[in-house]
Amino acid sequence: MKRERIYGIMAEFDSAQALLDAARRTHEAGYQKIDAYSPFPIEGLAEEIGFYHDEVPLVVLIGGIIGGLTGYLMQYWMSAVDYPLNIGGKPPHSWPAFIVITFEMTILFAGISAVFGMLALNGLPMPYHPVFNVPRFSSASKDRFFLIVFSSDRKYDPAGTRSFLEALQPRSLSEVPS
Amino acid sequence: MDEQAKITLNAQTAPVMEPGHTFATVTEKISAIVLTRPASNGWFLGFGIAFLLTMMMLFAIGYLFLKGIGIWGVTIPIGWGFAIVNFVWWIGIGHAGTLISAILLLLRQTWRNSINRFAEAMTLFAVACAGIFPAIHVGRPWLAYWLFPYPSTMGVWPQFRSPLMWDVFAVSTYATISALFWFIGLIPDMATLRDRATHPAARIIYGMLSMGWRGSARHWHRYETAYLLLAGLATPLVLSVHTVVSFDFAIGIVPGWHTTIFPPYFVAGAIYSGFAMVLMLAIPIRKIYGLEDFITELHLQNAAKVMLATGLIVAYGYAIEAFMGWYSGDRYDAFTIWNRLHGPYAIPYWSLLACNIFIPQVLWIRRFRTSPILLFLVSGVILVGMWLERFIIVVVSLHRDFLTSSWGMYYPTRWDWMTYIGTIGMFLAAMFLFLRLLPAISIFEMRTLLPEAEVKE
Repeated sequence: MKRERIYGIMAEFDSAQALLDAARRTHEAGYQKIDAYSPFPIEGLAEEIGFYHDEVPLVVLIGGIIGGLTGYLMQYWMSAVDYPLNIGGKPPHSWPAFIVITFEMTILFAGISAVFGMLALNGLPMPYHPVFNVPRFSSASKDRFFLIVFSSDRKYDPAGTRSFLEALQPRSLSEVPS
Repeated sequence: MDEQAKITLNAQTAPVMEPGHTFATVTEKISAIVLTRPASNGWFLGFGIAFLLTMMMLFAIGYLFLKGIGIWGVTIPIGWGFAIVNFVWWIGIGHAGTLISAILLLLRQTWRNSINRFAEAMTLFAVACAGIFPAIHVGRPWLAYWLFPYPSTMGVWPQFRSPLMWDVFAVSTYATISALFWFIGLIPDMATLRDRATHPAARIIYGMLSMGWRGSARHWHRYETAYLLLAGLATPLVLSVHTVVSFDFAIGIVPGWHTTIFPPYFVAGAIYSGFAMVLMLAIPIRKIYGLEDFITELHLQNAAKVMLATGLIVAYGYAIEAFMGWYSGDRYDAFTIWNRLHGPYAIPYWSLLACNIFIPQVLWIRRFRTSPILLFLVSGVILVGMWLERFIIVVVSLHRDFLTSSWGMYYPTRWDWMTYIGTIGMFLAAMFLFLRLLPAISIFEMRTLLPEAEVKE
């Protein structure tokens, strides 16, 4: 069976504004499976390529709740259930003293969830990706802006997509081998 | 960012970044320090000295493990000597890094973008230095893991009602979150270095550290969300850390410790000393590596103003301590204040007032805020002053408490000094390595400051 040879067609732009406009026009033209690459975050770009659902906040919320519960229940179980110890006549379940560690554990778990949740949702670490096969793509981490239409898109056809992207007046156009 | 506010700010003072830069020049200038510029003789000399001091610290700690903490100056009644003084000093220095990276991010102070990276590195190394002291102070350092709640065969658990346990959780959480915050900030810049590096080993190492970052818009979106949330989490965290450190004292009943002003005044003091350390690092770095375009006069001035403000909060703390000594009517509290002013440690106390309150008032004068050399000197004075503050709090409170029969004196030994100076060496050695191996200024955040980065919908 012959593999799909082309991963997508990539257009290079000079400025953030050009990329943003091109991304909007491509998405409006009906392309769904597209992505944009930039050397710094561009406000509104993710929405232009049809990305609306960012699950990171939910992951962090869940992580924080788990952390807080873990912190409090750990202290409760250790101090009041498993090994009750009379310290200065304080009750075994002396909740005000448990608040600090509960707070710290909430922050710890939420912070770890934020970092590793973001990486996992982004599918990172991913050392190899087809876009790295384009030599000019190394400028995506410096001063160039790229837009790609994946060949898996329903509307993709090699010649038509190419001429559509050419009409956006990119600085260069290249096929991304898969 | 409010465009009008930005323009007015720039009209009044120096710009956030000197004009004439593009995405490419910002990238090249910062990554060149790591990738192309050879290490100078000055770097080798500085790193060599710092490395020797680190070795001295390891020697002092090795001898400590051999002999026990009897080699230090700590005795009863002063059971907390240099170890706790240095711990509080270092952890306080770390606080400025988190303030710059998290709190100033939430407040949209874009000038932070050029100093947050090495300020975070400073935080990390300062926390590492701080962490050494409690671990070696426990007497049997090979059992320091007893501090953590782990299921042991002895069937016992830590005592969670003690502020010392709170401190374990606060400091270890702080170290973890600071490391994560620093690392997540580095990921896009690691991709830049991966794409710029020519040496195959450098490409592979930076490539692995970049996690395969390719700058996708979806990735950036989640990345910014995570970064912002992390900043929101780090903000209460950093305020809690020095609060909990102050609880180590304030929960106790020793006169000079048992006071409710401690948490806010410790936090302000932490930021005060941290900004002094930021300036002591930033001023030589911008000079040596020619980064005056990115770390401008504006940054120096803003840092000086933060120091002035937090210094005044600290001064207020001292004033309230003295006032409460009198107003409480408690003879032990009153004696503590008298003892600070006239007792055997009067010279450190008056030096503390000079270093932390009187001398930094020169920052009201514009010339002192704009001249790098003067600012460097004032920062040094503040760091000495903040170290003395912790010395006064720890040692002077303990040496004369309720019973005259249990009074004593504290004299640090050469091992105390070797360990303390050794941690400064370790801190500097780590900073030297950081400057050569990682981008000292956040490249992608600097790009966002350029006018070309602005887009219209």
